[in-house]
Amino acid sequence: MGRARTIARRSFLIGSAAILGGVAFGAYFVTRPTPNPLLDGLAEGEAALTPFVKITPDGITLIVPRADVGQGIASTQAMLIADELDIDPATATLDPGQPHQAYFNATIAAESLPFPGWDHGFVASTVRDLMGHVARLTSSQFTGGSSSTADLHETLRLAGATARETLKAAAAARTGVPVADLRTENGHVVLPDGTRIPYTDLAAEAAAIEPITEVTLRPASQWTRLGKPHQRLDIVAKSTGTQDYGIDVVLLGMLHATVRTNPGRGGDIASYSADAALAMQGVRSVVEVNEGLAVIADNTWFAFKAAEALEVDWLAPDYPASSDEMWQALTDARSEEYRNSRLRDDGDVEAALNGATVIEAEYRSPFLAHAALEPLCATVLVEADGVQIWTATQVPAVVRDAAVEITGLDPAQVTLHVLPAGGSFGRRLDHDYVVQAIQIAATMRGTPIKTTWSREEDMTHDYPRPLHMAVGRGTVANGRVLAYDLDTISPSLVSSWFGRIFIVPPGPDTMLVWGAFDQPYAIPNYRVTGYAAPPMMPIGSWRSPGACSNSFFHESFLSELIHAAGADPLEERLRLIADADSRRVLEAVGEMSNWAGADIGPGRGRGIAFAHTHGVPVAEVIDVTMTERGIRIDEVWIAADCGTVLDPVNAKVQLTGAAIFGLGHAMNCELTYENHAVQQTNFHAFEGMRLHQTPLFHTQLLGLAERVRGLGEPATAPAAPALADAIFAATGRRPREMPFSKSVDFV
Amino acid sequence: MELTINGTSHSVDLPDDMPLLWALRDGLNITSVKYGCGIAQCGACTVHIGGEAVRSCQVALADVWGEITTIEGLGTPDALHAIQAAWIDHQVAQCGYCQSGQIMQAADLLSRNPEPTDDDIDAAMSGNLCRCGTYPRIRTAVHAAASAMREV
Repeated sequence: MGRARTIARRSFLIGSAAILGGVAFGAYFVTRPTPNPLLDGLAEGEAALTPFVKITPDGITLIVPRADVGQGIASTQAMLIADELDIDPATATLDPGQPHQAYFNATIAAESLPFPGWDHGFVASTVRDLMGHVARLTSSQFTGGSSSTADLHETLRLAGATARETLKAAAAARTGVPVADLRTENGHVVLPDGTRIPYTDLAAEAAAIEPITEVTLRPASQWTRLGKPHQRLDIVAKSTGTQDYGIDVVLLGMLHATVRTNPGRGGDIASYSADAALAMQGVRSVVEVNEGLAVIADNTWFAFKAAEALEVDWLAPDYPASSDEMWQALTDARSEEYRNSRLRDDGDVEAALNGATVIEAEYRSPFLAHAALEPLCATVLVEADGVQIWTATQVPAVVRDAAVEITGLDPAQVTLHVLPAGGSFGRRLDHDYVVQAIQIAATMRGTPIKTTWSREEDMTHDYPRPLHMAVGRGTVANGRVLAYDLDTISPSLVSSWFGRIFIVPPGPDTMLVWGAFDQPYAIPNYRVTGYAAPPMMPIGSWRSPGACSNSFFHESFLSELIHAAGADPLEERLRLIADADSRRVLEAVGEMSNWAGADIGPGRGRGIAFAHTHGVPVAEVIDVTMTERGIRIDEVWIAADCGTVLDPVNAKVQLTGAAIFGLGHAMNCELTYENHAVQQTNFHAFEGMRLHQTPLFHTQLLGLAERVRGLGEPATAPAAPALADAIFAATGRRPREMPFSKSVDFV
Repeated sequence: MELTINGTSHSVDLPDDMPLLWALRDGLNITSVKYGCGIAQCGACTVHIGGEAVRSCQVALADVWGEITTIEGLGTPDALHAIQAAWIDHQVAQCGYCQSGQIMQAADLLSRNPEPTDDDIDAAMSGNLCRCGTYPRIRTAVHAAASAMREV
């Protein structure tokens, strides 16, 4: 990474000081137009009317810069452009493009600010806008935080409209017909006499005029595909085995590699012998890479076998060796020294608790792997004048910078082919596997090399969800929750991840308290304190980071207080909730599940939880039955409001998928450590939910909130506490530690 | 060594103990067969041998006992199998990485049991892991495919 880039990022990253720095540059610097990367290298007769639309005589290419990791965002991006452009998106080529400032993500930067997602007041909105400018100036291009839809829905529709109006202007210039008399339909400009001119036929002329950027977006009533059920553009390929993922790249003369790294993540090598590995069939070489060694071989299986045959003496890393020691470190960090934030402090908690009957409970959430089904993989070809990388990544600009640093080539000599991912859940926000693949390919220039991690490597060298614990203290009076005090403790995810990707931003770690400080309850005495425990092994963002643990703590403890108060779990939440959008989803889930009138019968339990994450309120009700073989989850009701729904089929798919992800891990999964190493090496010991455990789902999207938000994550957080609440209702015992399989059996 | 895959004979020069998965993927570039775990815990590598669903990561090349069918042998985008059509109608896939294996497992189930109950589907399909959580639609699509196949 170049010195200038480093300084720029240091100057602009997140935090109040950085925001002031951005303002000081003045309005022009902050708001001047972003260059269009597609203009470089256009051939004669080709037009790049915006950074998102390229038209050539052969066809239309839509740039869809957010990575598709299974959430369907490639389709949604294409639909957004196509609806204004008046084309059938299935006829266009979708291209993730090259990393560029034009594809910055303003929303994800704004989300990191210490404002709750439901706060739309002047200060929160203004600072969020400023963060958007900071994101653009620093070319922050991420896919994550359920931000893609929120961030791009207007940008992409504007791109489609700009391209459409520019094509109309080109047609007007050619035919002499005024623009006002032209219309567009299915990839054509249509003249009043019915003559149809294909867009592809107008590319050269459109390229010669200044793009028409003064455009008006169509109201939802005029949308053709958006907002209506439509087929995901990748669904046929994904149902016929014809979708190519990062791991499926095949290149002429390609070799295969894998890595073997320190079981204690981050520890060095004392010594090693590659003799046995090098003597094995099909092995070409053994090279040193970040964190360990790599084997290059004729096929993946040869590489896997040879990697196992490497004899390595590993040095221990500098974090605690066992899970027990790690929990102790977390427990010890609940002290003034490690206090990181108190972003919620309403009323007077101390006074309310003083002399009252205090209810106290401790909760725990374990390390978890992302364990995307497609193991981490990247294919790299390093040549004298360029490097090409084929991989699935959520951080393309970071990958490009790494390639520059490793190969010494210029950024313009790096070509990134971003491919669909077989899942991610946050794992591909890191690029360790790509760095290794580049290092490997750089040892054999001119030969493309595919580096594939084994499942065992993937599971034991994740940047896992951190272990996290909380202590709740509270009191109730007159059938109501009177005081609520939550201490939440975890190593700092912001420090760990930002430290790897950029630099650690100043200010409190908001992710450490996401799903806790930012919940829209008006409890009279209400406090949330975050404690950043000392760093352990490097950790990462796991679907709904922070909130995936905090929501379990926060909602469980709220339920315990409501139970102690003798109040109804839904009614008391409705009484306490201070946000209209959130109130509506709670009311909706109550109606869907017949909360007030249901008699669910003996041996069963019903639970509820609510969370406001990623700008989306979600409420979930879960019914369970105690059977002879254990707890069975019968039905799940989910109500959410992401505002305008762009793809109603996929939106509901995201709700059920996120809930299944939350439930499966809450039931069954943890990573534990011995001798610094993860003990769960494959899916036999870490499997999430399987089909026979899957309940019946009922989902509803209200569509009433006045914004457009994404749904990749929001239904994850409330799933665990809703299940815990249902188990309590059925058994009288509330699981306070995930996975719940520690205390109950599941069918 | 000769392998018959989707009706076509292929010659491979690979060790006897190499798992069929890697012979298909790296030896023959049939990448619809996915690597997920290597220990028969996820089902992403499911293919048919002699019409029966097997985990190709657990079958050594020397032990292949019959003709191999991969998802391409079931149907193609231009000529969909009823199971694939049901998978598309119900938009089962999210990331889609497990779905070739899911569909091959469903094909095995429906060849033996043309009218499976939910319990039958659970029993047959629970070895196929989906990390995205497409299970509710897998159930629906298996029923829909079963119904469509009975009507043919």
